Amino acid sequence: MGLPEIFFYYFAIVAVLTAAFAVTRPNPVYSVLFLVACFFHVAGLFVLLGAEFLAALQILVQAGALMVLYLFVVFLFNLSELKGSRTIHRQAGAAGIVSLILVALLLILSMQGVFPGPFKELVQPQAANNVSYVAGSLFTDFLLPFELASLVLLVVLFGAIVLGKREEQE
Amino acid sequence: MTEAIVLVPLFPVLGVLLNLIFSRRMSEAAVGIMACAAVGASFLSAAVSVFGLVGMEAGHRTVETILYQWIGSGSFTADIGFLLDPLSGAMILMVTGVAFLIHVYSIGYMHGDPGVRRFFLYMNLFVFAMLTLVLGNSYILLFVGWEGVGLCSYLLIGFWYVKDSAANAGQKAFVVNRIGDFGFLLGMLLIIFNFGTLSFTKVFSEAPHVFHSGDLVVTLITLLLFLGATGKSAQLPLHIWLPDAMEGPTPVSALIHAATMVTAGVYMICRSHVLFGLAPVSLTVVATVGCLTAFVAGTIALVQNDIKRVLAYSTVSQLGYMMLAAGVGAYTAAIFHLITHAFFKALLFLGAGSVIHAIHEEQDIRNMGGLRKIMPVTYMTFVIASLAISGIPPFAGFMSKDEILYSTFIGGEGGWNFILWFVGIFTAFMTAFYMFRLVYKTFHGECRLDPERKKHAHESPAVMTVPLSVLAFLSAVGGFLGIPIFLKSNVMHNWLGPLFTKAAHHGGEAAHAAHSLLTELTLMGTSVVVAVAGILLALTIILLRPGIAEAIRENYSNVYNFLLNKWWIDELYQAIVIKPLWALAGFFWTEFDGKGIDGTLHGIADGARGTGGWLSRFQTGFIQNYALSMAVGVVVILILALL
Amino acid sequence: MIGLEHYLVLSAILFIIGVMGVLTRRNIIVILLSIELILAAVNLNMIAFSSFLHNATGQVFVFFVLTVAAAEAALGLAILVNLFKNLESINVDDVNHLKG
Repeated sequence: MGLPEIFFYYFAIVAVLTAAFAVTRPNPVYSVLFLVACFFHVAGLFVLLGAEFLAALQILVQAGALMVLYLFVVFLFNLSELKGSRTIHRQAGAAGIVSLILVALLLILSMQGVFPGPFKELVQPQAANNVSYVAGSLFTDFLLPFELASLVLLVVLFGAIVLGKREEQE
Repeated sequence: MTEAIVLVPLFPVLGVLLNLIFSRRMSEAAVGIMACAAVGASFLSAAVSVFGLVGMEAGHRTVETILYQWIGSGSFTADIGFLLDPLSGAMILMVTGVAFLIHVYSIGYMHGDPGVRRFFLYMNLFVFAMLTLVLGNSYILLFVGWEGVGLCSYLLIGFWYVKDSAANAGQKAFVVNRIGDFGFLLGMLLIIFNFGTLSFTKVFSEAPHVFHSGDLVVTLITLLLFLGATGKSAQLPLHIWLPDAMEGPTPVSALIHAATMVTAGVYMICRSHVLFGLAPVSLTVVATVGCLTAFVAGTIALVQNDIKRVLAYSTVSQLGYMMLAAGVGAYTAAIFHLITHAFFKALLFLGAGSVIHAIHEEQDIRNMGGLRKIMPVTYMTFVIASLAISGIPPFAGFMSKDEILYSTFIGGEGGWNFILWFVGIFTAFMTAFYMFRLVYKTFHGECRLDPERKKHAHESPAVMTVPLSVLAFLSAVGGFLGIPIFLKSNVMHNWLGPLFTKAAHHGGEAAHAAHSLLTELTLMGTSVVVAVAGILLALTIILLRPGIAEAIRENYSNVYNFLLNKWWIDELYQAIVIKPLWALAGFFWTEFDGKGIDGTLHGIADGARGTGGWLSRFQTGFIQNYALSMAVGVVVILILALL
Repeated sequence: MIGLEHYLVLSAILFIIGVMGVLTRRNIIVILLSIELILAAVNLNMIAFSSFLHNATGQVFVFFVLTVAAAEAALGLAILVNLFKNLESINVDDVNHLKG
């Protein structure tokens, strides 16, 4: 087994484990922290796939900005464990079954395709690095969506301010 | 001149329209005069038309005037047209003439009644409908008039509709007539089926070729037509509406339920004589029913205490005589009696109305008496009419009734006719008795009125007594239209005879010439003796020795009550027909409508509500349930993608 | 050798874990976190395809997914804050006003 495979399995197993833990902790602070770890390992997988720019972006945005935002909210409003949150959800059984079926279907469907060759053909052909590779497509074919994305962020900015505004007192 | 026939029904229609439009602004007197003028003008037109008919040759006195085609449906057509022949000519003269006199009388009788404009509207409408009936040139037009007079009868019987008994009587009349109409319609349908047309001229000319005498179909047709006549002319068992119809104003009773509407059945049978001639069985049925009706009604009239009821049952009885005449083939005699009966019965009713009005709405004869001194004109005319109806010569009723009895006696083979004659003559005896019972109780003896009424009792005004006098005159001399055959110039026979000898039939006209003078005179004598005996018996029991009447009432109280309660026929109907119908209706109401239809609707509504309730359980309000259902949806789509 | 199928299986597993979290947790914060996990799984899937099929579109798309994920998280938290101010609870079972 070569180095790439070891790294892959490491990143994969830890990502899954931390994700599982994140979803199951009663205390939301623990969930956030586990999820941060998960995101780091997912970013590692991105690097293995040759998308190092996106890996950095993933850590910066999701792990860095978003998870911190969640932590801010949790601490600001002192939201900790829910009372009675340790009891099993009434829907757990049905949700479990549906999820299993769903994953089975996803795998069956995705395995019906024709899969290309192994790892070493991953070299990015046209670009020197991932940034150029992404930029080459982003600023030519996807220019309009790129601009619109900035509009989305603007709208979200407004939305968040309006929603978060304190009630005016006369 | 016969073109004037078109005007005959036109004037009453004009009266109706003018009444509808203008009567509210006219004074009461003006409305009455307008209505009378309409009918009077109609009478003059009728006279002119008939005069024109007289000028024509005897065997060919038929004028058919077609106005326009009313129905054209495939091969079936029906026209609006008038058939003027001796029969319809005689009828329209009688109808318009008597109606005119009654309209004049009504001006006095209905004076002060708040609905007087409505009254004259309905009366004119009635005259129009009756004329349509009589003049129609086809069964369907006759039926239109038939229904029209039925409607006007309903409207006029229930004229004082606020009174429950009047409203119910109108409804009863209409419903009972409907039963007869049902038969009439079926008969007409059979005629259409067999002849393809309802026109009189076509049907009667083809009938001998289409049917043989005694054929089942023609017997069925005639029996159904007779069923219609039974309803309209109040024969057993559909006579029950006529006594109740006395709830209407007395002029209505006089016009509709004595002279005109009830005679429509007799007219219709005489008009259909060709068909009846082909069905001897039907004729026997007609004669028997008529005779039976005459008898039963006569017995009931013996003991009734309401002045109008006695006259109503008397009408039923006399209509029975007319049916008897038609049944033995003596159509001329039937029409003759119809006309004379119109005169004296109208007179009797108007006279009764005069009495009722004078003593302020008292109608029980036990509370009357001694009125001949207070109302001489009414008394005299009433007596003349009573003599006429009892069959005392030379008054009108004698000639016509005698002719009927004679025709019955000699007509047909075997003893049945003799039985009919015997019952007929016995009924004549009863007729004389009850009529003079009425006269003596009302006008003779000591006055049993209560003092208040007695003080205000007076003779009626001229507008009422003049028509009485005219009718009395007609009742007196009207008989000479049909003086016995052995005296050559019999107007009725010369007029109507040719019309009725066209088809082959048993007995009746043709048999007249064959029998001996002796038979005729003997029978005539018997009738007179019987009538006089009836009058004398009445004189004795009612006037001279009232104790006898009292004794009879007590000793024969079963019979007395049976007759007083009209042979319990109404009660019989109540038990056999009305109660089951109500029960059936109730059953349908609760089961069918209540449980069935309502149940279904409620069931559907409950089902919808239940389904909605069950479905709303999916809206738990928990977001994660909705998320789960989304996941399930994705699973379903993926499964479909897999397949 | 690590082929495309390995990455697909992995992303499917992460996706399912995220779905289970959305369907099963009562704490609204954790539900939102699970949604972030789902988005991360999707990102992984798309970059895997992009790399193995030599098509930059997948990676560009990840770019946009990250943008939208950020937007959605921000607004989601703003709504959560308002909800908390009104209901005093972040139990998703208390947000059942649409019941019926």
